[in-house]
Amino acid sequence: MPSLNLNSMDTSVETLKTADGTPLKKKLQQSLFRNKLRAFGLVSPLLIFLLFLFVLPIALLLWQGVYDPRFSNLMPETSNILEDWDGVSEPTEDMYAALVVDLVNAKKNKTIGKVATRVNRELSGTRSLFTSTARKASKLKAPYKKSLKKVKKKWVEIETWQAMKVASNVYTVGFVAAALDYKLNADGTITRQEEDRRIHIKLFIRTLEISLIVTLASLLLGYPIAYLMASLPLRTSNLLLILVLLPFWTSLLVRTTAWIAMLQGEGVMNDLFVVFGFAEDDDRFSLIYNKTGVLIAMTHILLPFMVLPIYSVMKTISPSYVRAAKSLGATNWTAFWRVYVPQTIPGVGAGAILVFILAIGYYITPALVGGQDGQMISNFIDFHMRKSLNWNLAAAMGLVLLVIILFLFWIYDRVVGIDNMKLG
Amino acid sequence: MSNKNDSFVVFDRVQKSYDGLSLVVKDLNLHIKKGEFLTMLGPSGSGKTTCLLMLAGFETATHGEILLDGKPINNIPPHKRGIGMVFQNYALFPHMTVGENLSFPLEVRKISKNDREEKVLQALEMVQMTDFINRKPAQLSGGQQQRIALARSLVFNPDLVLMDEPLGALDKQLREHMQYEIKNLHKQLGVTVVYVTHDQSEALTMSDRVAVFNDGQIQQLSTPDGLYERPENAFVAQFIGENNKLTGKVKSVNNSEVTVKTSQNMEIKALKVNCGEVGTNTTLSIRPERIHLNRKYKNKVDATIKQLIYHGDHIRCLIKIDKDNDFIVKIPNSNIKSTLKIGEKIPISWDTMDCHALDA
Amino acid sequence: MKLKSLLIGVASSTLIVSAASAGSITAVSWGGAYTKSQVEAYHKPWTAKTGHQVVSEDYGGGLAEVRSQVEAGNVTWDIVDVELSDAVLGCDEGLFEEIDASMLPAGSDGTPASDDFIPNTITDCAVGNIVWSTIFAYDFEKMPNGPKTMADFFDLENFPGKRGLRRGPKPNLEMALMADGVPADYVYIVLSTEEGVDRAFAKLDTIKDSVVWWEAGAQPPQLLADGEVVMTTAYNGRIFNAVAAEGKPFTIVWDGQVYDIDLWAIPKGAPNKDLAMEFMVFSTETEQLAAQASWISYGPVRQSSAALVSSYHNQPDLKMAPHMPTDPKNFTNAIQNNFAWWADNQDELNERFNAWLAN
Repeated sequence: MPSLNLNSMDTSVETLKTADGTPLKKKLQQSLFRNKLRAFGLVSPLLIFLLFLFVLPIALLLWQGVYDPRFSNLMPETSNILEDWDGVSEPTEDMYAALVVDLVNAKKNKTIGKVATRVNRELSGTRSLFTSTARKASKLKAPYKKSLKKVKKKWVEIETWQAMKVASNVYTVGFVAAALDYKLNADGTITRQEEDRRIHIKLFIRTLEISLIVTLASLLLGYPIAYLMASLPLRTSNLLLILVLLPFWTSLLVRTTAWIAMLQGEGVMNDLFVVFGFAEDDDRFSLIYNKTGVLIAMTHILLPFMVLPIYSVMKTISPSYVRAAKSLGATNWTAFWRVYVPQTIPGVGAGAILVFILAIGYYITPALVGGQDGQMISNFIDFHMRKSLNWNLAAAMGLVLLVIILFLFWIYDRVVGIDNMKLG
Repeated sequence: MSNKNDSFVVFDRVQKSYDGLSLVVKDLNLHIKKGEFLTMLGPSGSGKTTCLLMLAGFETATHGEILLDGKPINNIPPHKRGIGMVFQNYALFPHMTVGENLSFPLEVRKISKNDREEKVLQALEMVQMTDFINRKPAQLSGGQQQRIALARSLVFNPDLVLMDEPLGALDKQLREHMQYEIKNLHKQLGVTVVYVTHDQSEALTMSDRVAVFNDGQIQQLSTPDGLYERPENAFVAQFIGENNKLTGKVKSVNNSEVTVKTSQNMEIKALKVNCGEVGTNTTLSIRPERIHLNRKYKNKVDATIKQLIYHGDHIRCLIKIDKDNDFIVKIPNSNIKSTLKIGEKIPISWDTMDCHALDA
Repeated sequence: MKLKSLLIGVASSTLIVSAASAGSITAVSWGGAYTKSQVEAYHKPWTAKTGHQVVSEDYGGGLAEVRSQVEAGNVTWDIVDVELSDAVLGCDEGLFEEIDASMLPAGSDGTPASDDFIPNTITDCAVGNIVWSTIFAYDFEKMPNGPKTMADFFDLENFPGKRGLRRGPKPNLEMALMADGVPADYVYIVLSTEEGVDRAFAKLDTIKDSVVWWEAGAQPPQLLADGEVVMTTAYNGRIFNAVAAEGKPFTIVWDGQVYDIDLWAIPKGAPNKDLAMEFMVFSTETEQLAAQASWISYGPVRQSSAALVSSYHNQPDLKMAPHMPTDPKNFTNAIQNNFAWWADNQDELNERFNAWLAN
């Protein structure tokens, strides 16, 4: 009924004109456009900032997960000829000739190190093959297959050529495949990585598992605190709020290190366990440098991110709802569970998402206290960024992580609804 | 008037203190009959809401006993008292639809699904809101939410319904309409209602009896007309309706009539209601509409018109009767209006029976 | 210091004025006691001599930062202390300036530089400064009859308790093989075969469940002090520092040490390249290298420095020579980290190591 009214109003509006004769709709749009322009002007500094310093760098970095022009730029002749090679037949003399041309140039341009690094990732041991051969490349004579074989026998092995073929792909799924424990072969097929080399899937699962446990643990610990704070008088709750925020005043590193002092073998917790007879002095609990340590330290560090959104939502819930429920005959528990808790869902949702997303990308804490079974995917992204310098693989792992997070967001949106989230 | 045996709700010497230093409710004794509509009226902080919360079970009495249907309920938790309640902000559960809100008290009472649906529909019909069963509270107007809150408090057939300023958030017109509807429902269902408000007109139009609260005590418990016509003390006279007051000393007492000498040495005859012996201070109370612009009645004064305010059906006239006191007079809107002028001297008079001598 | 480097950064990036006239270079090193030894032995004397300032910055090793600076064309570092493998890798990738070795002066005893520097410490792009070593250490107050050999490190039966190891294959594989009885000279030969790598991992398997993995050089002395491990591999200078400066009761086991060298390298396009070269030459002179050895127990790469090395800077009784990796008594069973072998195999072995660790 009301919608019908609106429709009839719409048709009458179309014919309306302002005092100077311009159609009302047009005039309205003009004035709205000015407002929109103003709004855009206000956000544009931030928009530009985010675009250039956040979106663009991330996009460029992730792009590296599928884009790797290094080999084909530095070894153009070889790359050209490798494109037509099927990856299994015997390499031809033309291929060897192209290789020597590229090696001579690479040596001259001091780019041979990059080429060697790239191919070495596909086939171990080829780094020195490239660097040492390049030194002699200018003196090599045709037939090149024979003279290269004389320098190193590896040149006539098909694996070397297959590695080069894989490296010469500019657009490649190789790194994403590697991030998922698969392997891209020279003939374009993708096969599962050998069993004792599979690591990433396990890491992704472990990362999700740790994040989920940390989220649940901080919900279980944070909900009662938030409830207490929301039900106390303002002065007391402000004091509690300061206590909750206190950890933010110290650096993450200090807090993590403090947990090491607390949880280590000769640490405070274990000393207490020994004093109270929960553990033998020479058989203490391993609470740190493993997954347990990561879970404890991360739950503590991320707890405020759970407490604050829940608290801010709880604060807005009038006590009359629970009273109403009780007056309607609900027990304390029913009133809490059926009436109070559902109203805190927006806060719980926001807190859980916040903690989960933060946890999934956490890396300092697991790096410091993770030991061997507490490492997360971000530690390996960091490893490939800083240590092994395999930025393509790091980007591919980041890409997979991003896809997983977006997928989880999608699930969350379907189940809870993203607009049903409230930070305060 | 109150025999303990036919009282449905009894407050027996109830006291309440929050801080252990002062009493919010001082020695409250109140008997409410079954089916009665009783309003607790008073300014904020007078203890009326505390009484309601004690009855609902959300506050415990510091001393004394509250009886419901003859049984003491001090130790019964709120959800077992079976009392319906309507809150000031309605307290409709925002995450549930109207239907779910109404069904909630039935669900927790483990009533079967069919019966629940039937009762919910009945309750919605009662407040003419059947079409809104699937709406969320946020999609309803204030008046509609009010009706749903009312329906929810009645859906499980409680014998007693408490209402805590339920109409406070509505605009005037809607409020008057809802007053009428609540009164109607009360008549229809025969349920006992305890209603808290600070709005005296609401109290007067809806209630069987009104308990006027001030300073943690019931100042007067009476029918609406009793409160207005025969206020028992100066607070009630002042709080209920408009009132003109004069202060003075009792000069003589003659049965039910007292002579009072005001500060300006005026002698006034008044009805003895609640004043002391000769020589004590007293407050005289006269309703504006009982003052006449003539010299026909026993107490006669010459006054000067200070202000005239047009009110449609009547004219409010502020007059100066002596150095210290101004009176308000309501003059029915007739021809006389045109003749009155500010600064004009007019004679006024009022009957002894309309002038009540109350406590100081 | 931060403000200063910021100001210098602003000055060098915004002003067209030649940065060299500012008379300042940014030297990047590993931080802690090691950087302090360089500040005392190199930076201060150089400033005193030339008037140029040295701004000190810390990093965690690796080529990542150098690579991103060079590739972005925004180089802010003038000289970097790198490991040999990174010096060679970076040189191959064109990340470092080439060095003219003839600039290096003869040693204080007159030996020409080419003979004075121990072999393999001058590369195309870098000049060595110290020899450092990965050793293992234990707390002798807790273990009076402590381990003596690398094999003891892997002996959980006679020496029960947790071990600290660097997270990564290097140099754990070498140590595992030495513990398994492979003579130092044959370690890389054995490692070059599939079976050799398997053998090393199998040896590591025997203590895997008792290992606490460390990453930063500061961690192992801390792990040892906290009692979290009974013995741990570590950089020898860190353990020495804990003993000399903090009085910790740690003992170093030199058997099976894997030594390596650190070098100065200049990133390609360094803003103060010429000054950095000057500084590189100055700091690798005999006297400066010898002076550094009185602050930390890393050995000078010039043989002529050895004669000048005496005692710890504030403890005349603490002779430095016995604490050097290169001291003959410590050098009986030692190997040099084979950077070429690692350059070929580290991708593969990192991958295998990570998978091994996670499984």
